[in-house]
Amino acid sequence: MHGAAILERLRARLGTGVVETHAQCGDHTAVVERTALPGALSLCRDDPDLGFDVLMDLTAVDYQKYPGREDGPRFEVVYHLYSLAHNHRVRIKVRVDEDDAVVPTAVPLWPIANWLEREVWDMFGVRFDGHPDPRRLLMYEEFVGHPLRKDYPINRRQPLIGPRI
Amino acid sequence: MAEPTRREIMLGEGSGTGSGQNLTVGMGPAHPAMHGIIRILADLDGEIIRKADVEIGYLHRAFEKDCEVGGWNNAIPYTDRLNYVSPLINNFAYANAVEKLLGIDVTERCKYIRTIMSEISRVCDHLTCIGASAMELGAFTVFLYMIKAREFLWELVEDVTGARLTISYGRVGGVKADLPEGFEAKLRAAFKQTREVLDEVHRLLTGNRIFMDRMVGVGVLSREETIAYAITGPLLRAVGVGFDVRRASPHWAYDRVEFEVPTQKDGDNYSRYLVRMAEMEQAMRIAEQALAAIPGGPINVDFEGRPIDPAAYVDQGKQGKTEGLLLMPITLSPNLAGQDRKALERVNAHDKRVVLPPKETAYGSIEGLMNHFMLIMEGYGIRPPQGEAYFASEGANGELGFYVVSDGGDRPYRVRCRPPCLPPMAALHRMIEGGMIADLIPTFGSVNMIGGELDR
Repeated sequence: MHGAAILERLRARLGTGVVETHAQCGDHTAVVERTALPGALSLCRDDPDLGFDVLMDLTAVDYQKYPGREDGPRFEVVYHLYSLAHNHRVRIKVRVDEDDAVVPTAVPLWPIANWLEREVWDMFGVRFDGHPDPRRLLMYEEFVGHPLRKDYPINRRQPLIGPRI
Repeated sequence: MAEPTRREIMLGEGSGTGSGQNLTVGMGPAHPAMHGIIRILADLDGEIIRKADVEIGYLHRAFEKDCEVGGWNNAIPYTDRLNYVSPLINNFAYANAVEKLLGIDVTERCKYIRTIMSEISRVCDHLTCIGASAMELGAFTVFLYMIKAREFLWELVEDVTGARLTISYGRVGGVKADLPEGFEAKLRAAFKQTREVLDEVHRLLTGNRIFMDRMVGVGVLSREETIAYAITGPLLRAVGVGFDVRRASPHWAYDRVEFEVPTQKDGDNYSRYLVRMAEMEQAMRIAEQALAAIPGGPINVDFEGRPIDPAAYVDQGKQGKTEGLLLMPITLSPNLAGQDRKALERVNAHDKRVVLPPKETAYGSIEGLMNHFMLIMEGYGIRPPQGEAYFASEGANGELGFYVVSDGGDRPYRVRCRPPCLPPMAALHRMIEGGMIADLIPTFGSVNMIGGELDR
């Protein structure tokens, strides 16, 4: 299926759940509402014409210091989907605010989302509602803060294991 | 009283009955059989792993955060350290993601060089993987043979890039330097030796009863689970799915060479071994075809004119003797200081916004000097337009993707690496649960975890 047709299908099925779409650099992208996200992801996976059976990547971007988006929703959680059968790709994004940084989990659809969502929680502090094992993935549990947030200074050091007594 | 089972005789009363006598063993983070720093917490019932928890992050060094601090090209050395066995692929994939964002196309010759060097790296990676996992099963000879073969290939890499491991050879818009003199002959000689080693290893391992006993039917992951865990690369091809980014979305010169995508159907450690062995031959086939078809003539370039020493060149410039200096060729080591203008033009995109000018232009003309400064100075540099791009290449372990976001500035706003060995590690507990603890080692070896890209 062609990229534009994928976005057309998403818009037809999700209606106002799709906030905007674009095709920058040839990557077809749909930004969806948070409430429409579970529907959008399962549509992508289960619709035979779409057939996105692989969740290639799941990450987030902190737009706090992005020119023109300082006031807007701070985080974007980004899903890269790939279809083995049709050899096409799509990018799904969902925007969330800092004070309500919660996204519904995708673990029931793809088990790989377990680790990827743990990493996003670890690095950005975006929580995934319904996640079965919400621990940090790369950092240790005593670590304070979320290092990939734009307001986390790169030179901040933390003791590796708790304060020494 | 019930007759004790054979299991209970061997392992003691109460084992395997769910009586809560399971023993939790922590393997790692530093364990001699763990080539990579991870920790596996295994709940053992006798020798059977009932439940396993894999902990990663011990090699986390904030790759993605570091990338946001420097210019776009400054991330190249960091990408070397992602998959440190095949760093060239990381370099090129990152550079290509930024090029996609910039909307520029590299030269044909550069595409072929990227193809050739990526395939050499792939062979190195597979050699390391198979060699190390064979060693852990007691086949030390195979390890030595394969490391010997890798040495031949790393000498090639050293010849081209000037380094063995931390090569930093890719550039946004091209590569650091053209291929050196006599590369073709060296590559053919190295491949000949590598093929001999592979042939020896085939005879040592492929039908070996001890090896097969440990590998066949061990570490199995079903086709459905492999896909659901987003596993790509040799592990996906070992369950019979012929997905390969080189074939699915051809980039560089992959659409102009012939190659096969080897698959197996069992999804066990042995299938993964067979896939990797077959892939090495295909990788060498691709590299040879690309080398035969590389545009821009032979690699043994005979530069016309009288070359001069770079130090003398700079001195002349400083003394103001600039007449004709711009056109004078200089001898530079291709690995250390760059190459002359003609060679660089063949391998770099013709775009002043992105590619550094050749050294003689930078030193010999005010335009070149300004161009150089504009790309190096803070606040200038490469400035892709606002936007985002995802580029995937076939790394040795599967799809290596880079997702880059630009805010229009001279530094990346966000660089995300999709590490190919994270999905298999996330699924590792599914492969080892229910198996023997001794099988953990070959299964872990077949996943080919690379700490650098897993933890970033």
